[in-house]
Amino acid sequence: MLQVSQADAKSGVQNSDFSQLDKMGMEQNSMATDKAVSPVVEIKNLSLSFETNDGPVHALSEIDLSIGRGEFVSFIGPSGCGKTTLLRAVADLEQPTGGSLLVNGVSAEEARLNRDYGYVFQAAALYPWRTIAGNIGLPLEIMGYPKAERQQRIAKNMELVNLAGFDKKFPWQLSGGMQQRASIARALSFDPELLLMDEPFGALDEIVRDHLNEQLLRLWDKTNKTVLFVTHSIPEAVFLSSKIVVMSPRPGRIYDVIDCNLPRDRSLDIRESPEFLAIAHRVREGLREGHSYDD
Amino acid sequence: MTFRNVLALIAAALCLLALASPLGSVAGVSLSLWDDVGLLVFALALIAAVLGIVSRKLTGGAADIVMLVLPHSGAWYLIARLGIADQDLQAGYWCLVIASWLAAWIFVDQLSAKKPKSPSLQRFYGVVVPVLFGVWLLILWETLVRGFQVPTVLLPPPSMIGARFAASTAILWADFQQTFLKAVLIGYALGCGSAFLTAILIDRVPFLQRGLLPIGNLVSALPIIGVAPIMVMWFGFDWQSKAAVVIIMTFFPMLVNTVAGLSISSQMEKDMMKTYAAGYWQSLIKLRLPSALPFIFNALKINSTLAMIGAIVAEFFGTPIVGMGFRISTEVGRMNVDMVWAEIAVAALAGTAFYGVMNVIERACTFWHPSFRNG
Repeated sequence: MLQVSQADAKSGVQNSDFSQLDKMGMEQNSMATDKAVSPVVEIKNLSLSFETNDGPVHALSEIDLSIGRGEFVSFIGPSGCGKTTLLRAVADLEQPTGGSLLVNGVSAEEARLNRDYGYVFQAAALYPWRTIAGNIGLPLEIMGYPKAERQQRIAKNMELVNLAGFDKKFPWQLSGGMQQRASIARALSFDPELLLMDEPFGALDEIVRDHLNEQLLRLWDKTNKTVLFVTHSIPEAVFLSSKIVVMSPRPGRIYDVIDCNLPRDRSLDIRESPEFLAIAHRVREGLREGHSYDD
Repeated sequence: MTFRNVLALIAAALCLLALASPLGSVAGVSLSLWDDVGLLVFALALIAAVLGIVSRKLTGGAADIVMLVLPHSGAWYLIARLGIADQDLQAGYWCLVIASWLAAWIFVDQLSAKKPKSPSLQRFYGVVVPVLFGVWLLILWETLVRGFQVPTVLLPPPSMIGARFAASTAILWADFQQTFLKAVLIGYALGCGSAFLTAILIDRVPFLQRGLLPIGNLVSALPIIGVAPIMVMWFGFDWQSKAAVVIIMTFFPMLVNTVAGLSISSQMEKDMMKTYAAGYWQSLIKLRLPSALPFIFNALKINSTLAMIGAIVAEFFGTPIVGMGFRISTEVGRMNVDMVWAEIAVAALAGTAFYGVMNVIERACTFWHPSFRNG
């Protein structure tokens, strides 16, 4: 794995698994238990509208949601339902126009300034002038970690997403799947307990996507991080989540919240099971009704 | 029929024509190729060589060596024989010049057809072709100007410019120091540097964008002919006034490009910095300046040539008795056109080298840009 040639590197995801997770998982579990009581994200009657030339657009209205520590919550819905906007509001990248939004018990802005969350964007958005290691170390540089600790964290997170040995490569020398893995390592580098992911695997092909889903699930299981995950793939949402939030458009609102109590250490085979199919069916129904409601 | 064979046949036909045509005349007596053994041998050798190419009897390394040595030594001899006639040279001579030019073209064509595997050889071929192009430009210039006895005031031959250059290196060096090392380099550094800082200021304080950009635009629209004498009045005759003109010329391209470059980073990249709670300066240094580098280098390259022009023109409006612009304007007045051309050659060499250096630095700094990246 260390000496993969460039041609191989471009051909897609390697036979990677998050083998280094255990150590990290232990540290996280002990920390998580004392805070488990208060919700990580608490949203009450939140609304958000954009001013446009054609008048205001109601991107979100009457959102109520509470997300506990260690949950994996997927947001699913047709385009325009506001799922990305909701995630961006939690990240303080959009300002709600009404209601309240608390992240870790403080306002979204304070949470952002506390560096409480890591955000994974739709595209890897790696800086082409930095090596992979340099990109993963970027948040650490900004947050003022000393050099020795930066290097140690970069190495740990590169191994975590199985990119060890690629530290001196530049992003444009890597495949799309590897770039997205690097961007996940970057979001994890400063060890935030909350992970916000906006369709991180949307641009990848099905096989790579399955693979990264499996890795992400194991990461979540071992580290007990709280994950908010935007997607428009039903199997992805059901496979990953402990809770699925189905949203509908115009105005963007929550249509259904589905608990998804599949075992935490599930494997890809679970997608054939009746429980899985039942949940997927409910999600699909929710999407269909939520959509027709508006037409 | 390949292009190379067409060239070869035309060259052969021109050589045959040269055998039957006059070269020129001495004291009213017409001279032909048969009166000059050297030219005759050259013409016959060239016919043999190109026919060898066409009939494929001359191929491979032997063809390369023959087509390199023969036309160029022939051209050398043709230049040496420029003085054989009293007045203008005639058809026979020109047929031979064109034939040797075509033969050199065949050589370049042979080189271009090669696809060498080793990168150093590839680079070598990449250099040889433009060098030969330049060499033939000089050969044709020399032969045409001297063969047709063009007055040197209109266009001196390159040999005369070269001789003048070699004889006046001390003056040229003093001029180069005054104009390039002082006015151009200092003005360029100050102009580009201050424009860069202004761009950052505009970026930091957005309301300045509305005030400063139009003023920058206005300054750049000022005619240099009008500004230069004023700068001489303000800053005196020495290089400082020329540097001031250079500052005015280089300021605006740098300002506009840097401002544009700073706005190039995508919303997602900026959002990302926001999620790290990065401050203005962190996000400037780690994201926006690196993204702006391709724009900044564009301005630096444009300005490297603008600065030369500005400094030289500014010296037309008052200067101590040294400097490239000063030398050009006074030597033109004294009809010493060869000196003017020598200064032009210095300016061209310095400007090209300056641009080249900026190009190399650009490649080192923006190796990651899609237009440069490899692998």
